[in-house]
Amino acid sequence: MTWSEISPLLWRSVEETAYMVSVSAVLTAVGGLLVGVLLVLTGRDGLLPAAPVNLLLGFVVNVGRSLPFVILLVAIIPFTRAVVGTTIGTSAAIVPLTVGAIPFYARVVETAIREVDRDVIAAARAMGASRPQIIAKVLLREARPGLVAGFTITVVALVGYSAMAGVVGGGGLGDLAIRYGYQRFEDEVMVATVVVLVLFVQLVQSAGDFLARRLSHR
Amino acid sequence: MIQLEGLRKTYSTRGGPVVAVDGVDLTVAEGEVYGVVGRSGAGKSTLLRLVNLLERPDAGTVSVAGRTLTGLSQKGLRRERQRIGMVHQHFALLRSRTAAGNVAFALEVMGVPRAERAARVRELLDLVGLADRADAYPAQLSGGQRQRVGIARALAGRPKVLLSDEATSALDPETTGSILRLLRDLNRRLGLTVLLITHEMDVVKRLCDSVALMRDGRFTEHGTVAGLLATPGSTLAGELFPLEPPPDLPEESVVDVTVAGPVADTPFLTDVARAVDAPVRILGGAVETLAGVRAGRLRLAVPSTAARSAADALRAAGLIVEERR
Repeated sequence: MTWSEISPLLWRSVEETAYMVSVSAVLTAVGGLLVGVLLVLTGRDGLLPAAPVNLLLGFVVNVGRSLPFVILLVAIIPFTRAVVGTTIGTSAAIVPLTVGAIPFYARVVETAIREVDRDVIAAARAMGASRPQIIAKVLLREARPGLVAGFTITVVALVGYSAMAGVVGGGGLGDLAIRYGYQRFEDEVMVATVVVLVLFVQLVQSAGDFLARRLSHR
Repeated sequence: MIQLEGLRKTYSTRGGPVVAVDGVDLTVAEGEVYGVVGRSGAGKSTLLRLVNLLERPDAGTVSVAGRTLTGLSQKGLRRERQRIGMVHQHFALLRSRTAAGNVAFALEVMGVPRAERAARVRELLDLVGLADRADAYPAQLSGGQRQRVGIARALAGRPKVLLSDEATSALDPETTGSILRLLRDLNRRLGLTVLLITHEMDVVKRLCDSVALMRDGRFTEHGTVAGLLATPGSTLAGELFPLEPPPDLPEESVVDVTVAGPVADTPFLTDVARAVDAPVRILGGAVETLAGVRAGRLRLAVPSTAARSAADALRAAGLIVEERR
């Protein structure tokens, strides 16, 4: 294939991947922060200890993390239909991507928040801070460098997951590489896709590193 | 200003229940600096955390500034905590905020409107002598400077009471001195009541009006510094002025004397030496100013033949005398 043939295919795939990854990344950030904070709060030394909730949540998160993404993709098809009304296409791929990434990011969030100095939390309580104030102004704020670094890892993982979106007709760079590069032996397409993916991941990682460094005042 | 009655706190650990605080009663008067000393594990930290109810007591009541904290709702307790400052051993500052930001945090918690915060932050940092480092992050500050931020933050709610949890234990001696001077100064200028815990007798010497010795969750001794010094056999008085073990002296007897008050500045040793007509040697000891009172302890060597009369003469001069042998 010539470059003029590859170029439009490649551009479309970049757009699809960017769309899938960015939308699911935003949803993952929200969902992962929520679940991660809940895991910390309900934990044994948390601000709202609740062992049953913590155990259940931890179990669900672990189940989510143990399923290989391809299987999750297929397994939650009914859920996907209920959410976006279809089970094929780029938008349909966003649902399993998000569902797959939330447990991962939730654990990252949990770990980052646990790193926050216990003395600082005690100090905030001693100042008369309420729980919402402690969560927003101490836990999330102090954990910011870790949250950003972990989010970067999560986005890179999402780029990887999105390669499997072709299974449900989601398109994207991974799909292009498989259909043209692998199945049709179009080596140029394979190489071009890999180059774009590498650049994509580099960009994400550099941006994340930069932001995490800016936020860290160690 | 602070009143603790029958406080008990037990922790359950893997090795069974551990009694951290075992029936402590304590009254700290307004404007007083009260020190609780003891070894680590004696229950001092738990005691301090019981005062602002960071830990809930199993039994007993806590009153601060006339309010019974143990009966309050969560919301009421939060409001009272805003009027009780607390200073921490490892400073407990937010890494992600500057010195000014850390002080502002306390004001935000209290709901001070944004417009008033900046001026108040400047005022507080000025009070602790750190106005020029307002924009530095904790990582850029020295230990002493960090603790100054911690103190400024603790004063944000214009508290009447300050709790100090080993505030100087992580600092070098020189910095410790400057932080102790600051605390003393704040106590005088603002009429701040201070309850502090420490394992350093030096902190007690330089800062405290009253002191309690804590051991296995109980107060084994407590009182004003002057009063304890006047108490024969007081462990605290002994620890305030530690004396080395006496050397082996075949011809002499060892006599320990404790002085407190105006007598400390009289030439009592000369007077006694003249009265018993025998040489009196100083083996060790010190006389210092504690809580505004001149006080000290000396270990003396007196010829054995004159020991009895020397001891009597020292007693007559108003000193507390312990004859060692």
